[in-house]
Amino acid sequence: MTIVQNTTEGGTDVELALAHETMARWQFGITTVYHFLFVPLTISLAALTAGLQTAWVRTDKAKYFKATKFWGKLLLINLALGVATGIVQEFQFGMNWSAYSKFVGDVFGAPLAMEALLAFFFESTFIGLWIFGWERLPKKIHLGCIWMVAIGTILSAYFILAANSWMQHPVGYTIGANGRAQLTDIGKVLFQETTLVVVFHTMMASFLTGGAFMVGIAAYQLRRQHRLQETDSAKIGAMRASLRLGLVIAVIFGIGTAVSGDSLGKVMFRQQPMKMAAAEALWDTQQPAPFSIFAYGNVNEGRNTIELTIPGLLSFLATSNFHDAVPGINDVQAQERAKYGDKAPSYEPNIPTAFWGFRWMIGFGMTSFAIAAAGLWLTRKRFWLAPEHRRGESEIPLLMLTRTKELNPFLNKWAWRIAILTMGFPLIANSWGWIFTEMGRQPWAVYGLITTAEAVSPTVSVGEQITSLTIFTLLYALLAVIEIRLMITYAKAGPTDEEPPSQDPTLRGPSGDADQPLAFAY
Amino acid sequence: MQLHDVWFVLIAVLWIGYFFLEGFDFGVGILTKLLARDEPERRVLINTIGPVWDGNEVWLLTAGGATFAAFPAWYATLFSGFYLALLAILVCLIVRVLAFEYRAKRSDPRWKRNWEHAIFWTSLLPAFLWGVAFANIVHGVKINEAGDYAGNFLDLLNPYALLGGLVTLSLFTFHGTVFVALKTLGDIRTRARTLARTTGLITAVLALAFLIWTQTSSGDGWSLAAMVIAVLALLAALALNEAGREGWAFICSGVTIVAAVAMLFLALFPDVMPSSLDPAWSLTVSNASSSHYTLKVMTWVAGIMTPLVLVYQSWTYWVFRKRIGVRNIPAH
Ligand code: HDD
Ligand code: HEM
Ligand code: HEM
Repeated sequence: MTIVQNTTEGGTDVELALAHETMARWQFGITTVYHFLFVPLTISLAALTAGLQTAWVRTDKAKYFKATKFWGKLLLINLALGVATGIVQEFQFGMNWSAYSKFVGDVFGAPLAMEALLAFFFESTFIGLWIFGWERLPKKIHLGCIWMVAIGTILSAYFILAANSWMQHPVGYTIGANGRAQLTDIGKVLFQETTLVVVFHTMMASFLTGGAFMVGIAAYQLRRQHRLQETDSAKIGAMRASLRLGLVIAVIFGIGTAVSGDSLGKVMFRQQPMKMAAAEALWDTQQPAPFSIFAYGNVNEGRNTIELTIPGLLSFLATSNFHDAVPGINDVQAQERAKYGDKAPSYEPNIPTAFWGFRWMIGFGMTSFAIAAAGLWLTRKRFWLAPEHRRGESEIPLLMLTRTKELNPFLNKWAWRIAILTMGFPLIANSWGWIFTEMGRQPWAVYGLITTAEAVSPTVSVGEQITSLTIFTLLYALLAVIEIRLMITYAKAGPTDEEPPSQDPTLRGPSGDADQPLAFAY
Repeated sequence: MQLHDVWFVLIAVLWIGYFFLEGFDFGVGILTKLLARDEPERRVLINTIGPVWDGNEVWLLTAGGATFAAFPAWYATLFSGFYLALLAILVCLIVRVLAFEYRAKRSDPRWKRNWEHAIFWTSLLPAFLWGVAFANIVHGVKINEAGDYAGNFLDLLNPYALLGGLVTLSLFTFHGTVFVALKTLGDIRTRARTLARTTGLITAVLALAFLIWTQTSSGDGWSLAAMVIAVLALLAALALNEAGREGWAFICSGVTIVAAVAMLFLALFPDVMPSSLDPAWSLTVSNASSSHYTLKVMTWVAGIMTPLVLVYQSWTYWVFRKRIGVRNIPAH
């Protein structure tokens, strides 16, 4: 496989090849991380909206109807961008990574095609039915549609993560006569431990993301309703139910994220020891290995001026035992060089990125979890509180410090504000989690099989790459502005004035209504 | 017939499905400027495809994914080779998704206007570019010894390919017009039928030239048969439209697309991307395909899932089978 381009004026082969690779990496990184800003929210909001709609269909309470409509709208705004940016993902491997695509297609293409066939058709068909099906489909079938969408999003995540896990830890293949990877066992690719643990972790993180998002927006709405002295109890009830739901979800899935993250760490330690060493910037093997909460100085060279470490924690993360040895970067590097020769100039990833990426992931995500736990305590209700402080389902909750003591006005204001300000934290955590995962795998595109340098398209010119990189970056920046503004408009507008439909339509539809306006139209 | 031949057929089916379905919704997008006179009419048009355009687009994603799985080398060479053309298509498809979803999300008329312009251009450009791309594939491009594309963007803009682009553009517009006549009520329905006559005749002239060119340069007996069906179906669609048989006219315009795309694939077989530099360097169903095991796994998956997809997608069309007109559009 050759990556070297013909020499052009002023540039050597090596420089051009590097530029070639760098452009391709930037483009993949930018477009993928951007795609993944929308993905976790879609996954979680789809299921949460489905849950709220189920509550409405079962109890017939107006507040659940309003909550469903409200979160449904935000879901759709978000989903549109997830879908739009996903289209690029489907073709990017071919565009910039054609050598990679040829090499792995036999294995990697299968989960990708399954994702389209099983998941995307589900999502996109049923989301159309859901959007336009209000007051046209029978209530229960309409509810089924949003559940289908939710299932579709999770299936989609599953297949793509199976593909990604294969890049982290290739299994179920041989290298064929043509020098390319060939699938020998699809079961292994779909159900290997790496896939299961990564799916578990990503799902947990997605729901933490959705929970925190719901909390932030519900907090904003409740504060606003308080200020405007809103009287519509269904609207208040909708936001109160959302706040509690969001808090509960963020707490449960926050714990799940930590537990699954811990398992993932152990898998990673066995499969990619370099990544674990890089995550801690651990240059030399240590027994037991500490975990630094914070470091200042030169992380890259392992000379820190200030460092706050917990002894033995890294050993525990890697092996469940506080005393085990964790191999350092230098040792792993020597091992990999012995094993792979000079396939790559160095087997180290970018150490500061891995180190900080790992901390930012944990830090931002767990902060969100802690805030949700505090919020759950502050908004507790019923017998936990003195009778005069208990609030009904359709009232704005008081933030209670003890059985009888409210938060003082200053803290009260800040409690709501913090909920709003931190609602994006898990998104930051998600992005860094991926940046860490993907950059920590470098120089490999598929661990141990093909390097990133070998993976790029040999015939795409740097000019073409600059064109696409620029266009995608500008377009995505513009779309981010549009989307965020729309989100803010709809989040501010709050639950709808619309009342729940009184009739349950039949599938055939009432006769002779040709002149009726549609319940929904674009 | 070997498994890789089966997969060639399946990929053809996915593309045919894509062009049949997204064909009319590209057409509807183009009609927002050609047919609609005011904003309520534009809304009627957009809402004829509202519940279904997203599902239609997934046919493309599936074609992409399936090509990756079944013919990795085809996937790699096609999308790295046609880099800038694909970039343009992707940008259009991205903006188009948002244009449909976001247009009605604010009441500001300028906001709506901008997204409506976007719907028009992002339907028109891919409708044209897909034709260009497929014409190039069939015609053969500069594939080098390593199986990579060695030409540049301008090489793709040859007369045959440009004609191919015009054919898909006009054919999709015609298909869209017939669809609108079938799905709307009132004045716009009548005008759609009149417009279908014009777009149909233009399509007939362009398509005939392109298909004959294709047949003479790379056709065989099978592709000739497909060509004859395509042409007859197009004429039938025109006649049925005149007779006011909108449902049948739509079926026939659909058959035109099916047969025309099938003809391109028949002309292509057994190559998947012929090389214009040296026929020995062409990518073929056998040298570009995945291993037998992968194809077998994928055959099972496709065999079970495709019928299911067809069932629930058809059900969607049935649920939203009613015609709509200006008076059905809620105000907001
Ligand atoms: C809200 C987001 C979030 C939070 C709070 C965490 N993670 Fe995470 N983490 C992700 C979101 C994420 C992610 C974006 O979803 C990643 C990227 C790839 C993946 O599978 O999940 C990830 C990857 C990832 C990896 C890399 C796996 C690999 O390269 O194969 C490890 C070892 C951990 N996580 C461990 C943890 C631990 C020990 C956490 C806290 C106690 C933690 N994560 C919190
Ligand atoms: C199936 C799923 C995925 C596949 C196959 C995949 C594959 C790749 C490939 C081929 C590259 C370029 C080579 C490289 O630099 O490693 C890359 C880089 C990258 N990907 Fe992934 N990726 C996947 C999912 C994700 C997701 C969901 C994210 C984050 C949201 C992500 C984040 C990144 C980042 C940040 C880079 C840049 C790393 C760098 O260039 O050093 N990836 N990935
Ligand atoms: C680089 C690899 C990836 C590719 C090729 C890819 C491809 C796509 C495509 C084509 C779509 C649009 C589907 C539609 O039109 O309905 C999409 C959406 C989606 N993707 Fe990705 N994706 C990638 C990474 C990921 C990852 C890692 C996850 C989950 C963990 C994920 C989860 C989703 C979900 C849930 C959706 C649907 C809703 C939404 O986009 O918000 N994707 N993806």
